[in-house]
Amino acid sequence: MTSYEPVIGLEVHAELLTESKVFCGCSAKFGAPPNQNTCPVCLAMPGSLPVLNRRAVEFALRAGLAVRCEIALQSRWARKNYFYPDLPKGYQISQYELPICVGGVIDIETDAGPKAVRLTRIHMEEDTGKNIHDAHGDASLVDFNRCGVPLLEIVSEPEIRSAAEAGAYLRKLRAILQYLEICDGNMEEGSFRCDANVSIRKRGATEFGTKVEIKNMNSFRNVERAIEYELSRQAQVLDEGGRLVQETRLWDPDREVTRPMRSKEFAHDYRYFPEPDLLTLAVTDDWIAAVRQVLPELPDARRQRFVTQYGLPAYDAEVLTMRKDVADYYEEAVRRYRNPKALSNWVMGDVLRIIKERKLDAALVIHDWPVAPERLAALVELIDAGEISGKIAKSVFEEMVNTGKTPVDIVAEQGLTQISDDTAIITAIDQVLAANPSKVSEYRAGKDKLFGFFVGQVMKETQGKANPQKLNELLKGKLSA
Amino acid sequence: MTELQQLTIEQAAARLAAKEISAVELTRAVLERIHATEPSLSSFITVTDDIALAQAAAADQRRAGGESGPLLGIPVGIKDIILTQGIRTTAGSKILGNFIAPYDATVTRKLLDAGAVCVGKLNCDEFAMGSSTENSAYQVTRNPWDRERVPGGSSGGSASAVAGQQCLGTLGTDTGGSIRQPAACCGIVGIKPTYGRVSRYGVIAYASSLDQVGPMARTVTGCAHMLGVIAGHDPRDSTSVNRSVPTYAAGLDGSVRGLRIGIPREYFVEGMDPQVEEAVRAAVRVFEQLGAQVTQVSLPHTEYAIPAYYLIATAEASSNLARYDGIKYGLREAESAGLLAMYQRTRAAGFGTEVKRRIMLGTYALSAGYYDAYYVKAQKVRTLIRRDFEQVFFAQDVIMTPTAPTTAFRIGEKTADPLQMYLSDIFTISINLAGVPGLSLPCGFDVAGLPIGLQIVGRPFEEERVFQAAYAYEQATEWHKRAVPDL
Amino acid sequence: MALSRDEVRHIGLLARLELSAAEEAAFTEQLGHILEHFEKLGALDVAGVEPTSHVVDMTAAYRDDVVTNPPAPEVLRSNAPARDENFFKVPKIIE
Repeated sequence: MTSYEPVIGLEVHAELLTESKVFCGCSAKFGAPPNQNTCPVCLAMPGSLPVLNRRAVEFALRAGLAVRCEIALQSRWARKNYFYPDLPKGYQISQYELPICVGGVIDIETDAGPKAVRLTRIHMEEDTGKNIHDAHGDASLVDFNRCGVPLLEIVSEPEIRSAAEAGAYLRKLRAILQYLEICDGNMEEGSFRCDANVSIRKRGATEFGTKVEIKNMNSFRNVERAIEYELSRQAQVLDEGGRLVQETRLWDPDREVTRPMRSKEFAHDYRYFPEPDLLTLAVTDDWIAAVRQVLPELPDARRQRFVTQYGLPAYDAEVLTMRKDVADYYEEAVRRYRNPKALSNWVMGDVLRIIKERKLDAALVIHDWPVAPERLAALVELIDAGEISGKIAKSVFEEMVNTGKTPVDIVAEQGLTQISDDTAIITAIDQVLAANPSKVSEYRAGKDKLFGFFVGQVMKETQGKANPQKLNELLKGKLSA
Repeated sequence: MTELQQLTIEQAAARLAAKEISAVELTRAVLERIHATEPSLSSFITVTDDIALAQAAAADQRRAGGESGPLLGIPVGIKDIILTQGIRTTAGSKILGNFIAPYDATVTRKLLDAGAVCVGKLNCDEFAMGSSTENSAYQVTRNPWDRERVPGGSSGGSASAVAGQQCLGTLGTDTGGSIRQPAACCGIVGIKPTYGRVSRYGVIAYASSLDQVGPMARTVTGCAHMLGVIAGHDPRDSTSVNRSVPTYAAGLDGSVRGLRIGIPREYFVEGMDPQVEEAVRAAVRVFEQLGAQVTQVSLPHTEYAIPAYYLIATAEASSNLARYDGIKYGLREAESAGLLAMYQRTRAAGFGTEVKRRIMLGTYALSAGYYDAYYVKAQKVRTLIRRDFEQVFFAQDVIMTPTAPTTAFRIGEKTADPLQMYLSDIFTISINLAGVPGLSLPCGFDVAGLPIGLQIVGRPFEEERVFQAAYAYEQATEWHKRAVPDL
Repeated sequence: MALSRDEVRHIGLLARLELSAAEEAAFTEQLGHILEHFEKLGALDVAGVEPTSHVVDMTAAYRDDVVTNPPAPEVLRSNAPARDENFFKVPKIIE
């Protein structure tokens, strides 16, 4: 594989979060009973006609501006003609010759440093229905609820050079779309889908090798594994002197291989032509300016700001800004109590752990935070004030999650206030040392590890409430006396 | 004594308004006439007696409640390519033989809201593809003037029903002449409005950039009333234009003094019936006598109209008809033989030969390697044809031509050679390509007693001027008063 | 310009139309004849001419992003040739 250079392009289809479908007034919400969100238009009844949802265009503009595309003031709709049960009109309304966005860039981090992956274009189209395989095995069932939901198709230039870069690209793109609140980026549910075009060529060559399209990768990990598999498959074919076939292959996640699609015996001739039922999509400079005006701070900019404004390490900034709602949560907490690093640790650690456990990150915007940001801030403030130790704070946190009570209340109710009073600690130390004379001798004779034992015993004596720093200080003093 | 079904729309409206007759009486007379004459004409695919009588009764109620309007209580027929909720709508095809429309077309809704009474669905060439109605999968409609002859197409049933006094007005559709040519064949008035004037929502699509719905009636005034009801912007049709609808029937005063008429030399060609030419030229002279100014003009790209039309229309049709796949509605065949077989056999069994031919032609014109040479080329020719009209309309107000090169031909006469049938559209097709309004009205009869049509073409959205010119001619002549022989 | 029978077969497949041998033969001849007639378009100089895809001089009409359709009534599925409750049923699709 090392003598070959991977050439990878990614096509992402992102479902837009409009209320209604792109060409009719049916609900675009996921999860309705089969064929409930349908009408003559999205069912392709005779005589039906499409009418464009303005908000879908707005979302396309947001996406295009966020990734620095050139916005076409005039773009066109086209029909992509083919037969398939989930495509009721026998054509998909899409954009072909004149898409709404051209060019664009997505910045990613690679092992070799930052890389700008250029985009070819972004265009709008309608989603298809869903085919489900019947229990009886001799039929398929079709649900048109999804048919007509607006999609953005985002096409990258073939500039991606590894499976890891592909993963980074997809994660960045998804974060951007989530920040823009136009797509929830849920690969498992199908609102964010990826196909990969993979080819290889000898290092140093300029011509492209035979391109293979890979479909059916339903998670970032699957995309990475599928690409890795395909790259080595292609290398093996060429190394053995064989020829690669330009084809579409499906990733099989169970057997972890790509295999050719059985139904692609007929090459598609999509016979694109301008959609006569929809007029030219004209976008004004004013509209573009208005959308640009309200673009949120994007992931990269926010990550940078977290480093400079809060002095956070790059890693923390990356984790905290991967989702806009997490970044918003973090900043609200910091606003309440200014300890950016401590709060970063708590958010990255305990808060996100619970979010993941409860699968709250499946939503585009997390609403049910286990702990409100101002309460998390209050907890950290208690630690910094010496009211409780870091260790005790962990159990206070759990209690906050389970009961919804404030940290102050919990500490008061359970009497968890840290003992920082020297006298009290000395009393406890004295008791422990008195109870373990031989160990004291051993320690004084050089067995340093026993220090931990004494710390543990004093903690037990004080129900864990001894202020650890004070304890250490005073214990050292006593032991060396 | 005029029988009720012989009344024009405006005559019937006046009698209804004067409470001399009721809508129920009028509808009964019409239904009787339909049942008496259908064995001779076969205009209707579906007759909706009960629905019509209920609608008529409702219209009478509305009138009793103080409502009025030119179509309130008027029995009309609707081409079976236009959806009528709850009523079988077939597009003249077997593939929709059992299709009950789940919604009303906008034009249907407008007619019903105006109180019109729907007496049935009219026969047409399958998916509006044809010029004789012989391509209907159901029946051959006969021309009331000579029942061995075609009524024209594709809105043949709509034309014969009006000419045969089976209803007072009908809706047809026109993609390449399908209102105007049958109107000419059957000696009635029909108008294809400016593209975008009337909503296409609920009209089964043949060629989306060319299709328009229009009225057919025995008089210009009747057509004007009907267009006034069905025209207007529809938010459900993205190609419908947001422009106010004038009261077309008002202001018809017969005045054409100073009207500038262009007569294009390309529309008087070899192979056209000399009687047609003579009648049209005579009609033009009548306009001159009425004070209009006539000039010979040129529409130089006329000879390219047929290839351009048949490439664009069939390309759009091949795509529009892809939805007939046996899955959501309509015919299904061979489902036990797998998905591909189901598609192929359903469509093979459901579509007639002409429809298949046009789907094939359109698919070819769009296919890889041929798209630029055929489809794109045709779209460029379309631009040139539009420009031809724009040029002429700088100095002329209307253009007048024969509607068709011949009068109604015999049933079966042109079915052997599809190209021959296509060539008979020569005078109507450019009007669709340019998107301008065109009307046909009778301007004479040939020696065999077959009607001859005069076509009046106007600038975009100048239907008023077109109606005005037509009305002036109509009132100066007696063609519209001639009735069909007994049926 | 003549059309080959293979081309006709290919178009039939693209259009999902099963053609009998007789139809194939007839269409090959008729479509060829029609296309020959259309060859005259080839002679026309259209350099610099923009194609017309719409004869309406307007740009896109929009709808507001509001759900205006109620849950689909039964009548939208009642024309279905084959059903499994509220699903449309088709012969098995092989990927």
